[in-house]
Amino acid sequence: MKKKKKYTGLQRRKAIAGYLFILPFVIGFLVFMIQPLFQSLYMSFSKVELGAGSVKMIFDGLSNYIRAFTVDTEFNRLLTEEIGRMSYNALAIMVFSFFVALILNQKFKGRAFVRAIFFLPVILSSGVILGVETNNSLLSDVSSLIKESTGNTSISGVIETILETSGVGGMAFEIVFEIVNGIYDVALASGIQIIIFLSGLQTISTSMYEAAEIDGCTKWESLWKITFPMISPLLIVNWIYTIVDFCMRSDNEVIEKISETMIVDLNYGFASSMAWIYFVIVIAIIGISSLIISKGVYYYE
Amino acid sequence: MSKVAVMGKEGFWSRNRKSNGYLLKKTARSFFLKIARALLLFGMCFLILQPIFNKISLSFMAEEDLYNAMVIAIPEHFTTDNYLMANRFMDYTHTLFNTLAVSLSIAVLQIGVCTIVGYGFARFEFPFKKFWFACVMLLIVIPPQTISTSLHLNFRFFDIFGIFKLLTGNSLNLRNSMLPYYLMSAGCMGLKNGLYIYMIRQFFRNIPKEMEEAAYVDGCGTLRTFFQIMLPDAKPILTSCFLFSFVWQWTDGFYSKMFLGNITLLSVQLQQISEKLNYYLEHTLHQAGGASTGYIQCIVSTGTLMVIVPLLILYLFAQKGFVESLSSTGIKM
Repeated sequence: MKKKKKYTGLQRRKAIAGYLFILPFVIGFLVFMIQPLFQSLYMSFSKVELGAGSVKMIFDGLSNYIRAFTVDTEFNRLLTEEIGRMSYNALAIMVFSFFVALILNQKFKGRAFVRAIFFLPVILSSGVILGVETNNSLLSDVSSLIKESTGNTSISGVIETILETSGVGGMAFEIVFEIVNGIYDVALASGIQIIIFLSGLQTISTSMYEAAEIDGCTKWESLWKITFPMISPLLIVNWIYTIVDFCMRSDNEVIEKISETMIVDLNYGFASSMAWIYFVIVIAIIGISSLIISKGVYYYE
Repeated sequence: MSKVAVMGKEGFWSRNRKSNGYLLKKTARSFFLKIARALLLFGMCFLILQPIFNKISLSFMAEEDLYNAMVIAIPEHFTTDNYLMANRFMDYTHTLFNTLAVSLSIAVLQIGVCTIVGYGFARFEFPFKKFWFACVMLLIVIPPQTISTSLHLNFRFFDIFGIFKLLTGNSLNLRNSMLPYYLMSAGCMGLKNGLYIYMIRQFFRNIPKEMEEAAYVDGCGTLRTFFQIMLPDAKPILTSCFLFSFVWQWTDGFYSKMFLGNITLLSVQLQQISEKLNYYLEHTLHQAGGASTGYIQCIVSTGTLMVIVPLLILYLFAQKGFVESLSSTGIKM
């Protein structure tokens, strides 16, 4: 072990103790993360052949990547669709969870009950249940039946037709409509984010609001001048969590395609090249967006 | 407050006149805000709860009710057959105990290891600490699907430095045993373990240094400080993480499908329930074409309900553990 001058005596003992504490993580990370990570990276550049008792990997250059981008008919479309959906859904989730956290932080009767309901999705929308939920075609059948029988009188539908016929519609409106129609998905996906925002809101001392109120600050102003800057560090946490959560959802179509290629087609090379493309894009999105957000973050000490 | 106490003797309207109508405006505004908030909250709560209600009513319907346009929420032919069906396909009691055992043991293992690691990151200074913590962040960000291909192969042909091959002439196939997932959990590589490490570290960082120093001065070793001073304080965050780990493991499909192949778990059974239903109807009851969409959805809803009911009961009793303790941790970047 390399001994540094800085770490002597008690400090050195504590450093060793620290390493002993994180040892499980270090071993696990090296064995179950770094090693498979490099192996799958290598696999993505090669042709994998499954033999009777062994695996053969033949280096194949970029052919898997070329296949993913140019030959495969679905991958490009799925990728752009998922990333598009992710970007506006993540924004919607952030706004929604901030808003809900603001309401849940107020004092009113039955607050504990409402909170309990809002965090229910943390349980209910996890894992396979979400996947089972989304292909629940009966529900959509029923809702389309209702729509037909009532003559298409859902509020969003009416507004949609009004805006479309008046000529102001466009791409922006379409996205808004999609978010409004998918408010259930947004509500389901924002359980943890609400908790994180709430925890931030509870750490803001009330004396700040009182001081602002005495100086003639309205509630609206104090929301933007006190609340928002104070919880802005949590924006990054939530943003990253939202994106990561979205990427790993089991009903994500890219993920579905990857696992299908792997488990059904047994084409490990192609599957891992697609996984790597997806991973790199997601990391890039997270990195760039959190860099932009972190410029505006205010740290209060 | 004192203003109200002084003026409390006067009537509302005289006070309103004195303030040039400001009081009335203020009361009215706060009243309307309250109504709006109540409506909004009711709507959103209904939005979240509606699918559960829907599933409950579906699960008691007979097949003809599903196609009866008059029946929406309350079944006309009340039946518990759906539960019996779902029970048959999922082998419910057996699977339930399996799932319970796996989720419980995995959650205990994961949280135990994550606590140790989180404590190490929070309270000790050592070289390359920043690097290792960056690795934890990386762990949160990397989708497990990226490495699933090679993990798959690794456990199919499992070996530690070629020892087994030397002894038995063959590598071990661990694909269909629980061991790989327990090994991964022991190495903090399970489902969302990076998140647990992060949260636990955040909690331990907020404990004042004086506590630790006092313990050292009184002759407490590193381990004893950890077990006797720090752990009792960390109960809320640990329960919180434990509950999350338990619940997410319960519903997880990815790791379950990958490693726990030969153990029947609720999450995997639930995914296969519609296929099983089709098979049963076609081959046992000889119905041509299998089950109708409506009936499949009905059974799937019943199955989903049976999977989440234990979790709902848990949530009912441990709601505080899920929410309050986590929101009081003060997660920060």
